[in-house]
Amino acid sequence: MLEEHVGKLVTSMGAFFPGERAVFRGQDLHKSLQDMGWQELYLFGFTGRRFTSQQMKVFNALWNYTSYPDTRLWNNRVAALAGAARSTGTLGIAAAMGISEAQIYGWGAALRASEFLIRAKNLVDEGLNLKELVRTELKEKRGIAGYGRPLVSIDERITPLLKLVREQGLDSGPHLKLSLEVEKILLAGRWRMRMNHAAISAALAADFGLSSQEYYYFSIPAFLAGMPPCYKDAVEKPEGFLFPLPSWMLSYEGIPYRSWNANR
Amino acid sequence: MEVIHTRIWQEQAEPDNAFAALSCHCHGYDVYGELLAQASWIEYLFLLFRGEAPTKQQARLLEGLAIALANPGPRDAAVHAAMCGGVGGSTSASCLMAALGVGAGASGGAREVFNAMQDWQARGTDLALWQSELAVKPVDDPADVWPVAGHPAGFDPYGVRCTTPVLQTLAHLSALDCAPSLSWLQSNRAALETAAGLPLAMVGVAAAALRDLGCTAEQGEMLFLLLRLPGAAVHALEQRDGGYKNFPFFQIELENDPGPTGSNSSQIFKSVVVKTA
Repeated sequence: MLEEHVGKLVTSMGAFFPGERAVFRGQDLHKSLQDMGWQELYLFGFTGRRFTSQQMKVFNALWNYTSYPDTRLWNNRVAALAGAARSTGTLGIAAAMGISEAQIYGWGAALRASEFLIRAKNLVDEGLNLKELVRTELKEKRGIAGYGRPLVSIDERITPLLKLVREQGLDSGPHLKLSLEVEKILLAGRWRMRMNHAAISAALAADFGLSSQEYYYFSIPAFLAGMPPCYKDAVEKPEGFLFPLPSWMLSYEGIPYRSWNANR
Repeated sequence: MEVIHTRIWQEQAEPDNAFAALSCHCHGYDVYGELLAQASWIEYLFLLFRGEAPTKQQARLLEGLAIALANPGPRDAAVHAAMCGGVGGSTSASCLMAALGVGAGASGGAREVFNAMQDWQARGTDLALWQSELAVKPVDDPADVWPVAGHPAGFDPYGVRCTTPVLQTLAHLSALDCAPSLSWLQSNRAALETAAGLPLAMVGVAAAALRDLGCTAEQGEMLFLLLRLPGAAVHALEQRDGGYKNFPFFQIELENDPGPTGSNSSQIFKSVVVKTA
């Protein structure tokens, strides 16, 4: 079976013809796609579809509103540590991008939020009670991705995002409505969990026609814009100045001193 | 002031510099005062992961596994990725990051080790349970960032029969007297392969070995990533020296090439614009 694929790839994604042209999803990149915005091209790459200008404004906001150049954040801190250690910008930011695929935030949580909302919407359409579904989800998974937040309960990205969505006339999508209903249920119950950015952006993406996997691909660069400033800040300061750790900041909680020889 | 909590590493600072260590203890052992002269690299590696010094047999098992995994060779996807870095003159770290990123996967990589170790945890040495569950095709979890592999963890999806290196590794490691899982795997390999419909892979041997070393699935995943880096490193360096003209670029067959004249985008896009909500 592998023999058939030796040395050759059959694909519809694209190719470049050196010195001549490049094809991107069946389009000439330098002709038919030459005026496309980068984010639109990025979306086109994995969906093969284009989106309305209103939808693109919201997609743009989903990335902008979560681009925080705060070096304390774990992924950004990796980019900045690379700068402080005089590693390259590419290595620091690539590592920070990898770190962004976390479980309590980032793309692990984003994918779970999307999967839940799309599944919940389908089940509610089939007649299932949303409150029951939320209760079952909490019981089985001890939480609902997209609701609650590691550091604080209120997510500052929600209000401006909802305002923009209303302005663009995109606030009536079924997944967005459902995501807000879930928040109401969670706030009314003993769980006291608010919606976070993962849920609202997953809901909007679903309303714009993205599957969970497509939403995952869309999310990958969402923190990117916040990373170069963190790297730049660190690399322009004297080496090693970022959050230096003195020995006394290590709180040892392990086995006391012992002898290797005695052990052997 | 916030602190970093650790059960692994203890330092005493130099009297005149809080940012320099006078002594470092790893799980209680003096690293530079004692381990440096008296422990082997493999013993220290075991200590770091498991928190205790290994027995002689455990050290031999880890050393054997480390040799078996150190270089899967240029055909391996992780090594291939590292070579793609080397051939273009990419940074050394990016070559290893490429090897880690690709070699992390659920098909032939560290996630497969993780999944196989979870299978061991759930099934132990219950052959009937292994046989019934190996017959079930792995299912994709749409909420998981890891794409599902199309084969049961620990087996070779395209293998014809168990390869000689896998058989040699299994025979060598299972003969050590600290390897009950490997020994059971050696005895039951044929039955397991029949149930899976596939031959055992090196990943499957590694998962059993890591279980016998007392590793959790998370520790096994990390160790597997780490132990395969030497081969990725040297093959990346070799291709850097060899140059891109001596490295395959391969052929691509485009199914939807618009041709040199391009195409009318507005015509095509009309059919694919999505308007919802």
